Amino acid sequence: MSVTVSITLNGESVSAAVEPSTLLVELIREHFRLTGTHVGCDTSQCGACVVHVNGCSVKSCTLLAVQVEGADISTIESLAKNGRLHPMQQAFKTHHGLQCGFCTPGVIMSALDLIANNPDPSEMEIRNWLEGNLCRCTGYNNIVRAISAGAQAMRG
Amino acid sequence: MTEPIPGYIGQSVPRREDRRLLTGEGVFVADIQIPGMLHVAIARSQLPHARIIDIDLSAAKCSEGIKLAISGLDILEHLPPIHGMQLVAPPSYRARVTTDILIPDQPLIPHDKVRFVGEPYALVVAESRQLAEDALELIEVDFDPLPPVTGPDDALNELSELLHEDLGRNVAAVLHTKKGRGAEALEAAPHRLKRQFAIHRYAAMPLECRGVVADYDTRTDTLTLWSSTQVVHWVRREVANALGMPEQNVRCIAPDVGGGFGCKGHVYPEDILIAYLARRLRRPVKWIEDRHEHFLNSTHARDNIYDVEVGFDNEGRIQVLTSYFLVDSGAYSPIGAGIAGNSMVHMLGPYDIPNYETGCKVLLTNRTPNAPYRGAGRPEASFAMERAVDLVASELEIDPAEVRFRNMIKAEQMPYEVGLTYRDGEPIVYDSGDYPKALRQALDKLGGLEPFRKRQKDALADGRYLGLGLGCYVEGTGVGPFEGATVKIDPSGKIVVATGACPQGQGHETIFAQVAADIWGVSIDDVYVTVADTAHVTMGFGTIGSRSTVTASGAIQVASHAIQEKVLAIASGILEVAKNDLELRDGGVGVKGVPGMHISYREVAHAARPGWDHSRPEGINAGLEETSYYEPKTVTWAYAANAAIVEVNPATGEILIEHYVAVHDAGVLVNPGMADGQVKGGLVQGLGGGILEEIVYDDHGQLLTGSFLDYLLPTASDVPPITVIHLETPSPLNSLGVKGLGEGGAIAPPVVIANGVCDALRPFKTELNSTPIRPCDIAAVFGDDPLDLLQKSGESLLTRV
Repeated sequence: MSVTVSITLNGESVSAAVEPSTLLVELIREHFRLTGTHVGCDTSQCGACVVHVNGCSVKSCTLLAVQVEGADISTIESLAKNGRLHPMQQAFKTHHGLQCGFCTPGVIMSALDLIANNPDPSEMEIRNWLEGNLCRCTGYNNIVRAISAGAQAMRG
Repeated sequence: MTEPIPGYIGQSVPRREDRRLLTGEGVFVADIQIPGMLHVAIARSQLPHARIIDIDLSAAKCSEGIKLAISGLDILEHLPPIHGMQLVAPPSYRARVTTDILIPDQPLIPHDKVRFVGEPYALVVAESRQLAEDALELIEVDFDPLPPVTGPDDALNELSELLHEDLGRNVAAVLHTKKGRGAEALEAAPHRLKRQFAIHRYAAMPLECRGVVADYDTRTDTLTLWSSTQVVHWVRREVANALGMPEQNVRCIAPDVGGGFGCKGHVYPEDILIAYLARRLRRPVKWIEDRHEHFLNSTHARDNIYDVEVGFDNEGRIQVLTSYFLVDSGAYSPIGAGIAGNSMVHMLGPYDIPNYETGCKVLLTNRTPNAPYRGAGRPEASFAMERAVDLVASELEIDPAEVRFRNMIKAEQMPYEVGLTYRDGEPIVYDSGDYPKALRQALDKLGGLEPFRKRQKDALADGRYLGLGLGCYVEGTGVGPFEGATVKIDPSGKIVVATGACPQGQGHETIFAQVAADIWGVSIDDVYVTVADTAHVTMGFGTIGSRSTVTASGAIQVASHAIQEKVLAIASGILEVAKNDLELRDGGVGVKGVPGMHISYREVAHAARPGWDHSRPEGINAGLEETSYYEPKTVTWAYAANAAIVEVNPATGEILIEHYVAVHDAGVLVNPGMADGQVKGGLVQGLGGGILEEIVYDDHGQLLTGSFLDYLLPTASDVPPITVIHLETPSPLNSLGVKGLGEGGAIAPPVVIANGVCDALRPFKTELNSTPIRPCDIAAVFGDDPLDLLQKSGESLLTRV
C-alpha cells in the first residue's frame, strides 16, 4: 500500500506515492531522479547520502520518506545557480578536494551545515565535523583546506 | 593576434571532471535508470565451505514481481566459469622464474559447492530491488558443511579438505627465483638475522561499491554494459566469450567510477551474469552491490606471512637476503600469481644487495578471494624488507637511516641492473633516480636526523616516547603489455582522443587532454577526451598498476605522430612549403619563422576529406584518424623515501603521528597538483591499513567485519600533517620522461609506523613484526591493560569515543 509524501525539494513543491518502507534517499534518487546524492554504506557511516532537511544535514539513508512529510529538502543539485558553482563547490575545485567525486556531494552538504552555524570554523572543528563523512581518495587534507577556503569565500 | 598557447605538461591544470561531480551531474552505475529495468539480488553463502545438496527456488519464483530465479545448476550449461588466469607473463619470464601454477576456474554461480562466505549460490530478478530481496528470503537451501580451510596452516596441511578437488591441492602457485649465490651466501655472512613478518588482510574499499547495468538490443543483437570497473576491454572480452557474441557487439562503459584501487581491476561473475540476464530476459537489468555484499564479495588484499633471513657485515651492509612467503589468496585467485610475483621482485627495494633468493606459495583458503590493492604485493614485501633493515640496524646499534644510506644504490649507479626478471620477461633495470637524496630530503624535512635523536633522548628523560619511522621502496610502473588510443582531427578542427585507460578518480580526462594539447600545439579546450568506453577504441588494457599516464600517453603519442605525418604532407601542399619548414603551432600548421603563414587543423581536416573536393597530395589517403597501441618494452621505476616522527602514549597505546613526510619521484609530472593528490590519498590509505583497517575472520571462516561499523576507514581527524616532496628525475624510457604513481603512496606507511613505534619503544627492545599496529600491542609493552588504566584515571571510555 503506497503513501503520498509531499515535500519541498530544492525549492519546488513535489509529491510522490511511495511504499512506506521507502527511504528518503530512494525518494530523492529514484522518484525524483536527483542522483547526485549517493549511497555508500547503508549503515550511516559514510555520509555520501547527506542532504539538508529543514536546513540541517542528515543522512538520507537513515530516514524514511514518510518521516519528512512537509519538510524542506535540499540536495547537491540546488547549489549551483545559473551555471555558476556555489563558492563551496568552487573551493573544492580550486583546492583539488575531490578525486572520484562519489563522497563529494555528501561532504559539501555536511560542510554547508557546519558553515551555517559556524561561519569561520577552525581546522580542528572542520575535521571533527567530518567524522560522519568518509572519503577514500583524497586523504582529507585537501577537503579540509577546501572547506576552510569555501567558508572564507562565503563570508565575503 | 591571438594569445600564444602554453605548454600544459607540468601545469596543475584544473580538472575537467570536477564540474559534473561537484554539481551532482556525475553518473555512476547506480544512477543509470532505463525504462523497464529489472533488478537483481544475489543469495550469498553464509557458510565458508559446504556441498550444495539442494536449492529450492519454488517459493521465491512465486514471490511478487519476480521474473526469474536461478541457481548454479540453471546456468551450468549456458555459462562457463571465468577461466583460471595464469600469471600473465611471456615465456622469457618463465625461463628465469620457476613457476608451478594451478589457478582454479571461478564459476559464475557454483552448482556443487560454495567456497567462501559471500559466494553466490542463487539470484533473483524482479521488478524492484526490494521485491528481489524479499524473494531471496524464500529460497530454501540444503547445504552440507565441509571443514573450512581457514588459513595457511590448513591450506598446507595435506589432510585438509580440498577447495578445488580437480587441482589436487590447496596451493594455486609456487614461484621461486634468485640472484647471485642466493641462500648459499648466508653461510659466509658475518652476521645473520632471521625473522617472521606478517601483513594482515585489508581491502581497497572504494566508497562506491561495484555495480553492473546491462541493456540488450534485440534488433541489432548488441549488448551495452555499464560496469564499475577498471578494465572495460577485459570485461567486454569475457562477456563476449561467455555469451558467444563478437566483441564488436558488446560495448562496455565504465561511467564515473567511485574509486577502485585494484579491487575493480578484474572481471567478476556479476559482470557476465548481468549481461546474460539482460539478453535472456530482453529487458535492461541492474545489479548494485551493497556495502555488506562488498565486504563479502569484492576482493580483499594482502594477507602474507614472510620468513626472512638477512646476512650482513659489521658495517650493516646486507650481503644476502632470503625471503620465503605465503599468500592467503582466498577461494580463487582472480589475478593469478601476479601479486606474489610483484612481491618477489620488489623485495630488494632501493638497495644494492648481491645475493637474494625468494620463493612463495599462493594458498587457497575458504575466504573471499584476494586481488591487487594499491601496491599489489609491494606493501607486503616492503614491510618485511624495511622491518628487516631496522632490525639489522638495531642488532649493530647503527642508526637505521645510516644502514639505509650504506646499502642504497647510488645515483651514479643508474641505470642499475638488479639481476632479477620482471613479469614482462625483461631483466629489471632501475631506470633513473637518486635514492639517497630522497631519504636525505625526507630526514631534512623532519628537522634532520641528529636534532631528532637529541629530541628523542630529551623526551625519553621526560617519560615521552618519540620514534622515527623510515620506509623506502621502489615500484615498477607503466607495465605493458600495451595500451590503445584512437586520435582524430574532427572536421571542426578539434583534437579527439580516446584511450583504453579507465579512471576511477585519477583525472585521466584532464591528464590526457594536457598530453594531447602539447603534442598538437592546441588549446586544451580544443581537446576532447573519452575514456573507459570500448566503443571508442578497439583494444585497451585498462587502469591498474600505476600504468595509465605512461602507457596511454604513449599510445596517444604514437597515434598522433602517425596523423601528423599526413597533416604536414597536406599542409605542405597547401602552403607550398617543404615539410621540414613546417611546425605544429597555434591550433594548426605554420611555417617556421613566418608568423602569418599558417593553416588551421580545421582547414587541414577539410582538405583531408574523402571525395571530389579534397586537397590531399598524391599518395596521402583520406581521413585524419589513427588507432595505435603503445607496447612498452618494460617498466619505469618510481620510488620514494617515507619518514615520520611518531609518539606513542604509554597509557593508551595510541600512536600520534607528528609529521609524515614522503619524498616521491615519478619522473616528469604531467599535472603536479593531481600527482600530489594521488600520493597523499595513497598515504592515508596506507596509514589506514597499517593502523585501523582489518578484515577479520573467526576460526570457523566466518567474516566478522561486514560493515563500516567494524571496519575502520580513516576519517578526517585521523590524518596527520603530511608533506610530500616531488623529485622529478625523468625516465629515459619514454619521450615524456614520465613514470606511474597511482599506487606509490600506499606502499610504505604500514612499515613506517611499525618502525617508528619500535624506535619509540627502543628502551624495551620492542619488535612489532606484524600489522596492523594495534594500541593494545603497544600498551602491553608497558605491562598495563589500557582499559584498566583508563578506568583508574577516572576517564570514561565513552568520552573518548
